[in-house]
Amino acid sequence: MTRFDIDLGLAKPRAESRVVVAMSGGVDSSTVAALVVESGYQAIGMTLQLYDHGAAIGKKGACCAGQDIHDARRIADRLGFPHYVLDYEARFRRDVIEDFADAYARGETPIPCIRCNERVKFRDLLETARSLGADALVTGHYARRIEGADGPELHRAVDAARDQSYFLFATTRAQLDFLRFPLGGLSKAEVRAEAARLSLGVAEKPDSQDICFVPNGSYASLVGRLKPGAAEPGAIVDLAGRVLGRHDGTINFTIGQRRGIGVAAPEPLFVVRIEPEAHRVVVGPRAALMARRIELRAANWLGALPGEGRAVTARLRSTHPGVGARIERVDATGATIRLDEAEPATAPGQACVLYDGLHLLGGGWIARMAPEAVEAIPGIEPAVAVEAASA
Amino acid sequence: MNAAYLDYNATAPVKPEVAAAVARALDLVGNPSSVHSYGRAARKAVEDARERVAALTGATPAEVVFTASATEANNLVLAGAGRTRRIVTAIEHPAVLKTAQSLPGETVVLPVDGDGVVALEALEAALKNSTTPTLVALMLANNETGAVQPVAEATRLAHDHGALIYCDAVQAPGRLAFSLATLGVDYLCLSAHKFAGPKGVGALIVRDGAPLKSVVIGGGQERGRRAGTENVPGIVGFGEAAWLAPQDLANAPRLARLRDRLESRLLEIEPRLHVFSAKAPRLPNTSCLTMPGVQSEMQVMALDLAGVAVSAGSACSSGKVEPSHVLRASGVPDAVSGCAIRVSLGWATREEDIETFLAAWRALYAGLTNRWRSGISSAL
Repeated sequence: MTRFDIDLGLAKPRAESRVVVAMSGGVDSSTVAALVVESGYQAIGMTLQLYDHGAAIGKKGACCAGQDIHDARRIADRLGFPHYVLDYEARFRRDVIEDFADAYARGETPIPCIRCNERVKFRDLLETARSLGADALVTGHYARRIEGADGPELHRAVDAARDQSYFLFATTRAQLDFLRFPLGGLSKAEVRAEAARLSLGVAEKPDSQDICFVPNGSYASLVGRLKPGAAEPGAIVDLAGRVLGRHDGTINFTIGQRRGIGVAAPEPLFVVRIEPEAHRVVVGPRAALMARRIELRAANWLGALPGEGRAVTARLRSTHPGVGARIERVDATGATIRLDEAEPATAPGQACVLYDGLHLLGGGWIARMAPEAVEAIPGIEPAVAVEAASA
Repeated sequence: MNAAYLDYNATAPVKPEVAAAVARALDLVGNPSSVHSYGRAARKAVEDARERVAALTGATPAEVVFTASATEANNLVLAGAGRTRRIVTAIEHPAVLKTAQSLPGETVVLPVDGDGVVALEALEAALKNSTTPTLVALMLANNETGAVQPVAEATRLAHDHGALIYCDAVQAPGRLAFSLATLGVDYLCLSAHKFAGPKGVGALIVRDGAPLKSVVIGGGQERGRRAGTENVPGIVGFGEAAWLAPQDLANAPRLARLRDRLESRLLEIEPRLHVFSAKAPRLPNTSCLTMPGVQSEMQVMALDLAGVAVSAGSACSSGKVEPSHVLRASGVPDAVSGCAIRVSLGWATREEDIETFLAAWRALYAGLTNRWRSGISSAL
């Protein structure tokens, strides 16, 4: 018996609705595929071949397809719906991996998952689904798509600990129109229970943690390989420019980082600035990190442009719970956000995503986070973060 | 929904007579190497099949070595012919190309012309170029385009220069008349499932006197050339398929008419489409053609969802579609070859299958061009 009926809200009867399910081979997308089938839709599974798994884990001669593609295919076999593997290696390399390495090399801490959603899943895969005559593209993201008065809205998932809406801020309205996220209303425990009930065989599969194309977590070695210049050693300096130590490359550091700096000091030191051209890492006390004003670039708004002065909740990292803020200035492509309370600065390249309660209004890439002049700490250089190169 | 299977170059449906012969062979208890009556019965079945496979190629039964696949036969000859220099063409199947390149020694890869046919001048130059004992590998007909290669001419060149020559004839039985004698090659491989036999059985034909060192070592089966208990049901099915293959040859003109009609009808719909190797001698059952602006992978998926089975490029084990090395070698830009699919017909193909294909192709293309016109999608 179906415990969770999935209603995708499509115009056609379910049996006539062709639905593409993006299947990674993990527990979430496998379960969503099974639930879509159980709920009576015509499912088509698609798995993206994004990178050479063997090369990524540094193992020569491994099959080009990882275990995940095999798992996704077996789920489709068992449930009896067609499944295809799309070769997106070239575009993933171009649009996600190289972008990631470029951003790292210029001192940012990028989020490739947002790029992948924006440029691969919701652009190319979605276009493929439309071309195949599909009525919707379903993914296993934990986010809610709710029909509002002015069209579909994106909301945080019911399971706050699992919410992935932050990673979806760059979704356009046209994309959201075609997308469905049935897991947004379920908790992870419920999803695992459903996977077990459906005997999917992936119920106990561990969650993916790292960035998928860097399975061992060694970003520095990947960036070093793609951008050889980025791994040059340099100096670690304090806010006054005094050399405190040496490092093996700015790519090993991110703003706000405290551990692993390798410099002994009476008070804890944080990375407050990265200067890739000078190969310098600037460290300072926590106070030097605190910032209130955020400049956003390449903003995306899912509904109408939010008004200036509007009170919002701002999330500054995927794991950030969100803090009160006000929109000082906004236009279609950018915004200035003022936080109610100062926060430790987030690295450029991360996203600042704005919510009204659970409702995701939009967001942008953090170009710059700065303290306000009036609150500058005496004796400390005010500029905290790097200017991000505009992209 | 109408369904049409048009992927015979990947594998052909088993004929009912073959299925019956395989089923009977499953009841044979004995091991062909055993002395007792059970063993003798199994051995008789294998040897009867060997005679039929030999007859298909004009070889003697002693020249037939059964293997588990044509790929295994390729590996066996490339590693076992005792030649450290190999000349292969750029359009060989990966089972030849990758195997040759993985072996110690030198591998020369020959170019092909714009119709996907090997350039004999290049072969001659490569043969003249070295005194190292050489093995030439040239397929009889290409699996993707159907382009038939000048194997007899290549044999003369190879033998004039003291080289051995090997022919991958996997796509030929039932589609092209050929024999070991007319081709003159030293080695030739076959695969049962390409002409209505079971999957998992192939053969290497080794001309009497041609050197061959075994790769799979063990018992003395296949005269010491390929150890391992024989796949009796598979071999019996192979023999049956070989016996029936001449029927297909008689049917080949009908397939050529169906194939040609398919191409001309598509060209009426879209005159800009490419048909590859159209100017070369081609297998009667094969058409490799483009749907302009539509990625191969999209075509294969959309046609599959419409019940029509075709393929694109060479599918890797993951199922992802890679650009065709055959079309690339023929000088086709990736942007064009990326829109190619292969349609291949066979013994059970009916006129309705062609109509089903045409209807599905037309519907897909019309749907996509409408989308482009309405500006929803700029390009695929």
